[in-house]
Amino acid sequence: MLVVVCVKQVPDTTQVQIDPVTNTLIREGVPFIVNPYDTHAIEEGLRLKDRFGFRVAAISMGPPNAEATLRKALALGVDRAILLSDRFFGGADTLATSKVLAAAIERLAQDEEVGVVICGKQTIDGDTAQVGPGIATRLHFSQLTLVDRVEEFDEGSRKIRVRRKLEGRHEEVQAPLPVLLTVVRELNRPRYPTVPMRLASVDAKVELWDNAVLGLDVNTIGLKGSPTWVSKIFSPQRAKGEILGDSSTEPEDAAQLLIDKMLEKDLLAL
Amino acid sequence: MMPHNAIFTALLSASLAFFCWSVYRRFSLVLHGQPEERLDHPARRLKEMLLYAFAQMRVLKKPFGLNHFVIFWSFMILAIANGEFLLNGVFPSVSLSLLPEGVHRFLLFAFDLVSLFTLVAIVLAFGRRLIVKPPYLDSLYVKGRSVEGFLILAFIALLMVAYFGLHGALIAQGRESVASAMPISSLVAGFLPAGSLGGVELVSWWLHAIVLLAFICFLPHSKHMHILTAIPNCYLGSLDWPATQPRETFEKGQLFGVGSVERFTWKDLFDSFSCTECGRCQAACPATCTGKPLNPRQIVHAIKTNLLENSQALREGRSGTLPLIGDEGEGTNTEDAIWSCTTCGACIEACPVLIEQMPKIIKMRRHLVETEARFPEELLNLFENMEQRSNPWGIAPGERAKWVSTMEVRPFVAGETEYLLYVGCAGSFDSRAKQVTVALATVLDAAGVSWGILGKDEKCCGDSLRRLGNEFLFDKMARENVELFRERKVTKVITLCPHCLTTLKNDYRQYGLELEVVHQSELVARLIAQGRIKLDGSDKSLGKISYHDPCYLGRHNGVFDAPRGAIEAATGSAPQELERHGRNSFCCGAGGGRMWMEEFIGERVNHARVDEALAGNPDTICVACPYCMTMMEDGLKDKGANNVRVKDVIEVVAEGLMRKELRKG
Ligand code: SF4
Ligand code: SF4
Repeated sequence: MLVVVCVKQVPDTTQVQIDPVTNTLIREGVPFIVNPYDTHAIEEGLRLKDRFGFRVAAISMGPPNAEATLRKALALGVDRAILLSDRFFGGADTLATSKVLAAAIERLAQDEEVGVVICGKQTIDGDTAQVGPGIATRLHFSQLTLVDRVEEFDEGSRKIRVRRKLEGRHEEVQAPLPVLLTVVRELNRPRYPTVPMRLASVDAKVELWDNAVLGLDVNTIGLKGSPTWVSKIFSPQRAKGEILGDSSTEPEDAAQLLIDKMLEKDLLAL
Repeated sequence: MMPHNAIFTALLSASLAFFCWSVYRRFSLVLHGQPEERLDHPARRLKEMLLYAFAQMRVLKKPFGLNHFVIFWSFMILAIANGEFLLNGVFPSVSLSLLPEGVHRFLLFAFDLVSLFTLVAIVLAFGRRLIVKPPYLDSLYVKGRSVEGFLILAFIALLMVAYFGLHGALIAQGRESVASAMPISSLVAGFLPAGSLGGVELVSWWLHAIVLLAFICFLPHSKHMHILTAIPNCYLGSLDWPATQPRETFEKGQLFGVGSVERFTWKDLFDSFSCTECGRCQAACPATCTGKPLNPRQIVHAIKTNLLENSQALREGRSGTLPLIGDEGEGTNTEDAIWSCTTCGACIEACPVLIEQMPKIIKMRRHLVETEARFPEELLNLFENMEQRSNPWGIAPGERAKWVSTMEVRPFVAGETEYLLYVGCAGSFDSRAKQVTVALATVLDAAGVSWGILGKDEKCCGDSLRRLGNEFLFDKMARENVELFRERKVTKVITLCPHCLTTLKNDYRQYGLELEVVHQSELVARLIAQGRIKLDGSDKSLGKISYHDPCYLGRHNGVFDAPRGAIEAATGSAPQELERHGRNSFCCGAGGGRMWMEEFIGERVNHARVDEALAGNPDTICVACPYCMTMMEDGLKDKGANNVRVKDVIEVVAEGLMRKELRKG
């Protein structure tokens, strides 16, 4: 069985600033990282590999330099890494992206049964959380989002039972394979690459697939296949904070000030 | 007298053969270690050997060391007597009486006296082990009151008793030509029963012979092996202060760090055979002292035990079955022990025979991090933050220069700025340390020093990574930094933090970068001496100041006087000393990457240190390191000592300057 992990290279958003004049992201000099949620997706794929001996493939759609992200996945122990890169893929929204990724997974399934697809819950640059569900829908896979625990994975009866992390509660659900999971950070603690694996990943093979491999209609992918347009990016105005008390305020008084303030702002009811 | 020379010769031959075989078996194991250069600079090595092995410089640092000094030198002198004894036993015609009479007399006089000294020293050693045994003599697997320890003492005592018995009997029978040169033996002679002098002579002779031969046989199998190894070990010691870890190269197919005993260098293995089990490292170790599972002495002991236990396998070219790192057991180091080290270097400083304990721990950390990717989970974030954002907290690098917001930004420009002020991560991001940075900048300005910063281009030096065994990442960061410094043509650097100091100065040297690096306290002391900073020593606002030596400033880089001098210049009086200070200072608990780790086991190191500081009732504890600052402040908070402040040396100077200005104004 093949486990496919979808990963994305994203700018380190803590280091991205918005140009207040042009309202665009200043990407210059901002380093790229593996989307943090995806590191947990990779880890879960590798855990399935450790437990059941499955093979794990990492796929990523992005520009040629996104290869670095796949090399990181290779250093962690994935068996196959595929970069989906083509100028026709560029400018894609979540719809067009999920189409390309789903096509790639179908292509992989021609060689080996794909039982599980794992995605991060969302990317930290787009924050839509739509790509994972989009893939599942296109592939007709069971769809389990926001997974924070895999309770049971039964290869024989082809079932998976997971816990989903929802606002204020958890939900335990079971679904038949093949399945797509989107995962949250609580799911696991990613492993750290060993040096021998890092060295091996430097010249391990990253397969490059362009649209010639996937054979998709160019009008349905990339910018052309994307109905969503980003019209404006801006930083929201934030009201300036206020300092209550000063360094000589006793802790009890400081707490009282804080409570008064919260009552005043209707943030606390007595 | 013809004391059965033939029997003795046979026994001696057998003993010597056994001795040589044992020594060969053990020393040949050392050759299973990895190569390491330790034979260069013979003159310097000879000097070290004379100082540490023969003059016993380190041994004498503890009062009871004097006892060992006496035993050591008695051994040296009595080696001649025992050599004669053995030769004479085989060839009865050979004896010291063949020497010119003056020499003969002198030697026997010396033997007589020295034997008495030894006897007294042995009695004292017995007493120390039996009655006033210091706790550090015991480790988990080696006890101060062990059969072995007492046996060896008994051997030596018996040798002395036999010596006096034999020579007393000879004198009483009038067969000692230089009896007048032997006051003690003569005294003994008076007490011997006149009727059985021949019997006393015979018994003493054989007692001496048997004990001496037993000693020879036993020696290579006991901790007294150090009698053979300690002197060469001092010769082979590291010529530099050995806290800077060696580089690793990163090529495919290589092994990283030390995961099994033969991955240590031959010198590491030789170290393990040189340990005297004196426990001095253990007594100095902040981890051991606060109940952590680490004991540097046990690390060394485990290497020896592991090597011996796995010797058969190693001889057959296999790896042994007893793991070097694993569950608690003799010959195995636990991961908890390996992670407890603060790399403070107190063990290295304490060891009388120049064993390098701490670097061995780092080598095992390297194995755990680089080969196994196994480490306390708190470190995952640290490693990721370092790799992605080049600082331990993972704060955006763009915020590095924010501390400067209250001042005019001064970029470092080669040719225009004299010093690069390397602020470091703490000085850039930690809110308390940022105040220290500002104080430093103010003082530098007051002295008219030309300085500049790299701003957001500054990167972390990588100290914590290297001490934590993540050499792969350290290597990457070091190469980047070295390139950056070269590109910017940096030659002189001021660091705020002793960890940056040591890394830039000592570690980067391995990358071919020779910088003139000074810690702020050194520079400030120099500026005061040059009269560029004028303090009037009248600032009493900080009250009674105690100074805590940061390990990486003091022990690791030898800066002791500068911070003390600066405090004195500002306040008019030298700071009060903590009980353990200077070279013997006790760590705050943050070194070796421990700053970023939880401390679950035992007492907290910073609590132990804060207690020690509070014993002197200070108003202010003065430090010279941002890690020490955090540890001391946290410790004081935990102890509820809210009236005691922590200040960096540079803040003391800055405040001194400010108050002087105020008084003027
Ligand atoms: S370096 Fe310090 S903490 Fe580490 S073993 Fe030595 S004395 Fe103990
Ligand atoms: S390592 Fe050195 S200081 Fe520690 S017990 Fe052995 S000889 Fe003593």
